[in-house]
Order: sequence, then C-alpha cells, then structure tokens
Amino acid sequence: MSSDQPFITDDSQVVTETRDARMTGQGDRFNSRLREAFGSSPFILTKFDKFLNWCRGSSMFMLQFGIACCSIEMMHTYAVKHDLDRFGSGVPRASPRQADVMIVPGTIVSKFAPRMKRVYDQMPEPKFVVGMGSCTISGGPFQEGYNVIKGAEEVIPIDIHVPGCPPRPEALVYGVVKLQERVANGEAAPVTVKPYELEEFSDLERDELVDKLTDQIDDDELVMRYNFADSP
Amino acid sequence: MSLERPDTVDDGAVEQTPDELEALLGDLVVDRDDHLNAPGFVIRPDTVQETLRTLKQEAGYDHLSVVSAQEYENRYESIYHLKKYDDPTQEVSIVVPADKDDPVSESAEPVFRTADWHEREAYDLIGIEYDDHPDLRRILLPETWQGHPLSMDYDKDRPQIATLPEHANPLEDHHKDAESDTMFLNIGPHHPATHGVLHLKTVLDGEQVADVEPDIGYLHRSEEQMAQSGTYRHQIMPYPDRWDYISAGLLNEWAYARAAEDLADIEVPEYAQVIRTMGAEMCRIAAHMLALATFALDINGDFTATFMYAINDRERVQNLLEDLTGQRLMFNYFRLGGVVWDLPEPREEFFSKTRDFLDQLPESVEEYHNLITSNEVFQMRTIDTGILPPEVAKNYGATGPVARGSGVDYDLRRDDPYGYYDELDWDVVTEDGCDNFSRLLVRMREVEESAKIIEQCVDLLEDWPEDERNIQANVPRTLRPDDDTEIYRAVEGAKGELGIYIRADGTDKPARFKIRSPCFSNLQTLPEMANGEYIPDVIAALGSLDVVLGEVDR
Repeated sequence: MSSDQPFITDDSQVVTETRDARMTGQGDRFNSRLREAFGSSPFILTKFDKFLNWCRGSSMFMLQFGIACCSIEMMHTYAVKHDLDRFGSGVPRASPRQADVMIVPGTIVSKFAPRMKRVYDQMPEPKFVVGMGSCTISGGPFQEGYNVIKGAEEVIPIDIHVPGCPPRPEALVYGVVKLQERVANGEAAPVTVKPYELEEFSDLERDELVDKLTDQIDDDELVMRYNFADSP
Repeated sequence: MSLERPDTVDDGAVEQTPDELEALLGDLVVDRDDHLNAPGFVIRPDTVQETLRTLKQEAGYDHLSVVSAQEYENRYESIYHLKKYDDPTQEVSIVVPADKDDPVSESAEPVFRTADWHEREAYDLIGIEYDDHPDLRRILLPETWQGHPLSMDYDKDRPQIATLPEHANPLEDHHKDAESDTMFLNIGPHHPATHGVLHLKTVLDGEQVADVEPDIGYLHRSEEQMAQSGTYRHQIMPYPDRWDYISAGLLNEWAYARAAEDLADIEVPEYAQVIRTMGAEMCRIAAHMLALATFALDINGDFTATFMYAINDRERVQNLLEDLTGQRLMFNYFRLGGVVWDLPEPREEFFSKTRDFLDQLPESVEEYHNLITSNEVFQMRTIDTGILPPEVAKNYGATGPVARGSGVDYDLRRDDPYGYYDELDWDVVTEDGCDNFSRLLVRMREVEESAKIIEQCVDLLEDWPEDERNIQANVPRTLRPDDDTEIYRAVEGAKGELGIYIRADGTDKPARFKIRSPCFSNLQTLPEMANGEYIPDVIAALGSLDVVLGEVDR
C-alpha cells in the first residue's frame, strides 16, 4: 500500500458475506479504517509467540515498590505530569503476584537484599526488572559503604538500567518504553553477574563465619551470604 | 512581633552558667570538655542516669537531642547532647568515656525514653555496651552482622550473612490464659503503606494492636561513613540531599552547612542567607505536600485525587527549585559560605514564576481543605486517633510537626535562629489536638507560613542592589578545623530537628560525623500511639508521623 493512498484496498474481486454483514450491520461499530486496511479478511496471520510478546509489551503491570530517593521520582513518573500510563505500563500493583515489572528504585543494603529477592521470586514468569538510578548499577554514591550491595544485579537479573541520581522521570519513561520494545521483540535479558542467592543456612559452605553463627541461625533458615571482598 | 516568645516563661528556661551547672552536678563532674556549641562535662560511666536526671529535673534540660558515640585511640566515648524545649540555645554536653577493652556505660533510657534507640544505634555501629538498657541489640544492621562498622578495627571486606527469618510470635510466652490468642502480623518491609522500607512487627489481639515494633535498617546506607570519608569543602555536601530525600534537600544541606560553617568560623553573606531561606522554604512546601499526598493515600486508598493534586503542586515547586538549583531532587546547591550560583537569569522571570506559584497556593490549600480536612470519613479516621501527649513526645525527643501537633512550641527557626528567619514575619504553627489530624493540620498550615516567608524573600531579593549580590564568602580551598574541636548544630528540617555533630581532628575530613535524624526519634513514638488501637489506626499514625526511611536509617 502506498503512502499517498492509505488504507484503500481493491476489494472488487472478493466480497465476503462476513464483511457485508458487518458493513451493513447496526451502526458503524466494526467499520473502522483498520478493517478497510485488512480488506475482506478479518484475520491477520502472525506467530503465536510474536503476538504474545506484543501483548506483553503493550500492557505491563508495574510492582509498587519503593526503596529510596528514586522512588520519589518514580511516584512522579506515575502521577499527573509524566503519567507513565500513557505508554501502557502505568498502574502500580501492590502485590508482586500481580506484577510483571519491578522497578528497583534505590540503594540495596545487606538487610534488604534477601527481602527484595523474595519479592522478585514471588512475581510470576515472565518478569522483567528495571534498575532505576546509579545505586542499582554499582551502589552509586554509596558504593564504598560497608553495608551496601554494589548494584541490584548482584541479587536479581536486571533488564534495563536507567542511570542518574536520581534519573529524571523522562529518563525512567524512556527506560520503561525501551523495556516494552525489547519485550515486544522477544529479546531476553542478559545476566552478567553471578547473583547472591537465598540459600538454607545448612547448605552454605562451612567456614569460619558459618561456624561462628551456627548457634544463632537455624539450619533451615534462609540466608544470603555476601562476599564483599569479591564485589566488583 | 510574632517571633517573640510567649510571655509566660517557666523555670525551665532560666539560663544557668556553665559554672552553675558544674556546681549543680558537684562530684559527678570529673573533667571539662567544652564543645563549640555548649559546655561539656565529663562524667564517670556509672553515673549517667544520676547526672542526666539532675540536669533534667533541676536544671530543666528536658530534651535529649542525640547520643553520639565514637571510638578514640585510647577510649570509647558517648556524648549526650541535652537541650531545653523552651530554649534550645541552652545546651549542655555530657561526655561519658568508656574503657577501651571493655566499653560499658550506663544507659540513659530510664531518664530519657529516646535514649533507647540512640544507644542501640551506638552499640550497633560503634560497639559500646549500655548497662541497664532494656533491649540492647542491633538496630540498623542485621542481627547476624560481624563487627561494629564505625569502630577502628573494622574490616569492610569480610564476608557477612544476612537472614530472612520466619518471625516468631513475640508474645507467645506471655499468654495470660488459654483464651487470649494473639496473632503476629508483618507489615513491610515491602508494603505500600510503610512509606519506604520500614518493617512493623505487629502483634494483634483480636483486631487490636497489642504490640508494634518498628524494625528499621532496610535503607542503612552508611551515610555517616560516607561523610567521614569526604572532605569538608565539597565532598560531603551532596550526601545530605539523600538523607531526607522528599525534596527536602536544601533543608538537609543547611544542617551540614550550618555545623561546618560554625566549626570553621565562616560568615555567610546576607544575600546568600536570603536565597538559602527562600530555597529551604520551597523545599519544605514540597516535603509537606508529599506528606499530605501519602497520608491521604493511606487513609483514602489507591492513587486518588488528593495524591494527584498534591503531586501536581509538588511539580510546581520542583520546577522553581530546578530553575534555582539545576536539579529536581538532589540539589547540591549550598556551599560552605554561601550558595553555588545566583538566581537564574532573567531574574524577573524567576520572580514572576515564584509569585505565580504563591498566588495560586491559597486556592490549592483551600482545595485540600475541601478534599481532606473537611471530609467526614477522613475526620473519623484521624481525629482522636494516634494520641501523642506532649510529655510523651518530649520524652521521646520528638520534634518538628509531630511535636508541634502535640502542642510543643518548638521550632528551631525561631528558637535558635539561623539564616534570615529572624528578620522575617511569620508564625510558628502549633496544634493542641495531639492526634493524627493535628499533625496533618500543622503541616498544612506550615505550608502557608512557608509561602509567607518565600514572598518576603522574593521582595527582598527583587530590591537587592546589584553590586551587593554576594553569594559566597571567601572560604579557604582546604578546610582544616583545629584538632579536637567538636560541635553540634541543628536546623529545622522538614521533619524536625536535623542536627549534625562533627569532631575535627586537624585533617580535611571529619573524624566523627553524626547525624541526628528527626525521623529516627519521631518513629520511636509509634508504639505509644498505636498500641491498643486498630490496625488502620497504626497505618494512619505512621502516615501522620511522616517518616522518611532514608533519614531514619541514614
């Protein structure tokens, strides 16, 4: 179809009953320009996976998840002026079980990382993560902190990093839209860092630290072990 | 003038000279260790309670601002910074050295309730143990943490283990009889109504709250360590923005600026003070708007109209702040001795934008009153719930809108003037209701007072002669305050008394940098307000406290 004559098809050869019935049906409900473009056939052919990816990318449910400073800008992104909902990814869900996308807005510290991992695990597949701000990339301004995890990627895989401290709402919108694009194209997230895992205490390799903590922690309790010396 | 104190001055505000205090304390004092802000008395570690009780009851020092602990080469030290609610310029520091090998010191908790958390923090980060403390365990770091991170021999690279425990019922052993049945409920740390990553361990008896314990530390980003490893002149200033990150950046920056300027004896030009005052009050409006928005969200439900309205007003203030500072949230606008740059050009445009904002503000406030304060459902949820009597508030060291909502007339902008506040005409807002509603009302009325201040600042700035626009004092390139000078200075942040304690050691970095966070003390009052109430009242009380976890945990 050429651009100077949009949405006009030659349907003189094929006139189907379906189309006639709809065109002459009550009102003009189905008589859209899109229908004209499709011509006589009301069907489109596509791959199932591609279609599903397109659906996923076009309607993303965000997890309502605030950690630190970036969550303030995240709230602004959801709210009136920036209105993330315009892009089909607005409404924050309070429960991880109803969310597709988690925006990690802030610094991850030792006490919070196991909880964040737990929340991430509770989200149903397929799930996507947007890392918001420098802290989720490397620890940001707090990288030297004794208690700070050097990037959210040490704990969960991240699809899109949005740099900034904090990123402006426009930057977050851009990041989310980029994610939607990737999801619609069916691209997978690369996992580059070996993450810290939640494990049962008894599964940890025995060393000095584990021996010292045996009286304090039950064997079946979930723990996360940080190797700060090896952090990037 | 409105800034004058009420005429009724009770005995608490009578000022004692340092010598009188020393005479009052008598044998308790073993040495003097004066700080720049206050006389300091060294006492023995087993006489903490006696000393503080004497000062509280006989000299009227009823406000324990902060307990700052530190480790020296040869000893540990806890400093109790005392003030008076009636006159915060009267300060005294009680210095309690503890043994290097066995750092034990008496707890101040029986005298000041607020010492509970402050001493737990000192134990957690420095490693001082407090005798007679009701519940001495880690508060910011995981229970299983090894070592005390701000002590001298701490190894940052050692591995650590954090747990994800199944929470036991803390009242299980205390069932009075078979019929009383309690249930444990976790609220947070990932929960929309906890305003960040706060964890409330709640025990329910039926539908009523039997016990609520805030569990903090999910955003403990080692802010004090960050400040201690930065140089005074430039490297520390970006961090205060990130303590109370609800756009209250300039207020926080002022806390550091004030402490460091007094420490290094820097005089700030008057013009810069006016700009600071104006910027800080814009920040206060933004911060209170978010408090309002999230409080309405907690009470009314999902992303509703009030939230959107308040965010809309915040966007307006943020636009002004962006014009002024170049940033929306993390301003980094103050410098020691002034501000980084002058008002944006063209100045007229900035002024007219600011005036436009101020002109539409009364209408917005009216709208909020229609939407919230005159809403019956809202009133049912907030009036007479979350009661915090003034005496309790003082005992917990509550400040800011939380204290003023309980009728405690305490505002550092007036009582311990800094900046340009004492030249301007405005009022300190207090409410006597002591409930959730009063705290909200205080914030809403403070927004109007802030607008008054901004308007006067704009008037002043408009007429300021062009050749006297000095935004920055002469400050040496490298600041090295004298060895062993100590100072505690506070400003009125968005949430209350935000203070900084700095000890200089002659280098260009602070040897100890302690942040007195208003939210940390305010949050401690939550059990007082919530115990015995219903779950929704806990959420309402928490919302009305308006805590920011970045500032609680630092």
